[in-house]
Amino acid sequence: MSAESDIHHHPRAVSPIEARVAALEALLTEKGIIDPETLDGIVEHYEHELGPMNGAKVVARAWLDAGYKTRLLENGTAAIRELGFGGPEGDNLVVVANTASVHNVIVCTLCSCYPWPVLGLPPRWYKSAPYRARMVREPRALLREMGCMIDDDTEIRVWDSSAEVRYLVLPVRPEGTEGHGEEQLAGVVTRDSMIGVSVL
Amino acid sequence: MCSNVVVDGVHDLGGMHGFGRVEIEPDEPVFHEPWERCVAVVTFGVFLTGTSNGGQFRHSIERMDAGHYLQSSYYEHWATGVATRMVELGLVSVEELEARAGGAFPLSGADRGVPTDDPGNDVVAPRYVIGDHVRVRNWHPPGHTRCPRYVRGRQGTIARVDIVASVPDIEAHSAGRRSEPTYSVRFESDELWGEPGDPVHVDLWESYLEPILER
Repeated sequence: MSAESDIHHHPRAVSPIEARVAALEALLTEKGIIDPETLDGIVEHYEHELGPMNGAKVVARAWLDAGYKTRLLENGTAAIRELGFGGPEGDNLVVVANTASVHNVIVCTLCSCYPWPVLGLPPRWYKSAPYRARMVREPRALLREMGCMIDDDTEIRVWDSSAEVRYLVLPVRPEGTEGHGEEQLAGVVTRDSMIGVSVL
Repeated sequence: MCSNVVVDGVHDLGGMHGFGRVEIEPDEPVFHEPWERCVAVVTFGVFLTGTSNGGQFRHSIERMDAGHYLQSSYYEHWATGVATRMVELGLVSVEELEARAGGAFPLSGADRGVPTDDPGNDVVAPRYVIGDHVRVRNWHPPGHTRCPRYVRGRQGTIARVDIVASVPDIEAHSAGRRSEPTYSVRFESDELWGEPGDPVHVDLWESYLEPILER
């Protein structure tokens, strides 16, 4: 409400993209093609219920439960569903595990495919031209530039999600977390570690 | 077929130079501006109508003017693609959009994809197994494809056999569909870039591949 009255009292320039989006929404609503009131709830779900906190729970469970980790690496979709996470962009989830000798990182060079149920909607940099262009061409240099130092003798495996699979990286459990419970472990897992652009 | 048509969209970014650094924004919000959230509302709403499949939606973005694509954000891509599809389906007109927006409403370029009346039979049994050596077909179709340019003509090894799925190249332009197996294919750095480095795995439909040695 306050935003509306601010606009009313202090009109500011509406950018071209704002005007276009407002026009598109209004026309599709008037024609009965979309119903923004119903859709609002769906978008709210994406804002508040989906996000890296879901992926962090998956990672923490895998660190604590060897049986779960095995299932997760064999069939990511089913094992992630065990924790209640699924839905659009989550029908074919593959989890790739980092080890002492392999570091995994995900990208989508053609658009911005991303595992929505476990990481939410992607951050702006993941969708940016430099990330999509460079991660397949010079992953080691780009990771270093992003502050992620990978040992020279560790292989970096880049996964370009160009078909139906959406990837999640299982980071290496950091030292100093011995004795942590599942919730506490989930608290140390970051979004970027599950994309593979940082290590914990 | 015309040979002078530019067929590879600017969206196919893998391996390109010149875009600079990747800037990570700390504590980034899900949406930066109310209009971005509004684009999500509109896009999810249009998905629910079932008027565009995945290939059609992606291709509506891939056909954006190259300059517009590179200078605009992800949510502007969505808005442009959705509006383009709505106009192409006759559900809204450019005139209506521009009148309501009070200015220009740039849409994506024409669809140059070639529809097929006969998509062929579904393929259920994978032709390849893990470890098979394959080469990616060197083709540059005028329409939608999920085969990135940087692997075309390159040799790789099947690393994983995935689900059977509708071929995007067909569903983006035709009423019919064909499903076939998908794979994760591992490419060594030498093969892709001519120098040592780390491998890249790319997910590809079976018809993008040809065998190097038949088993």
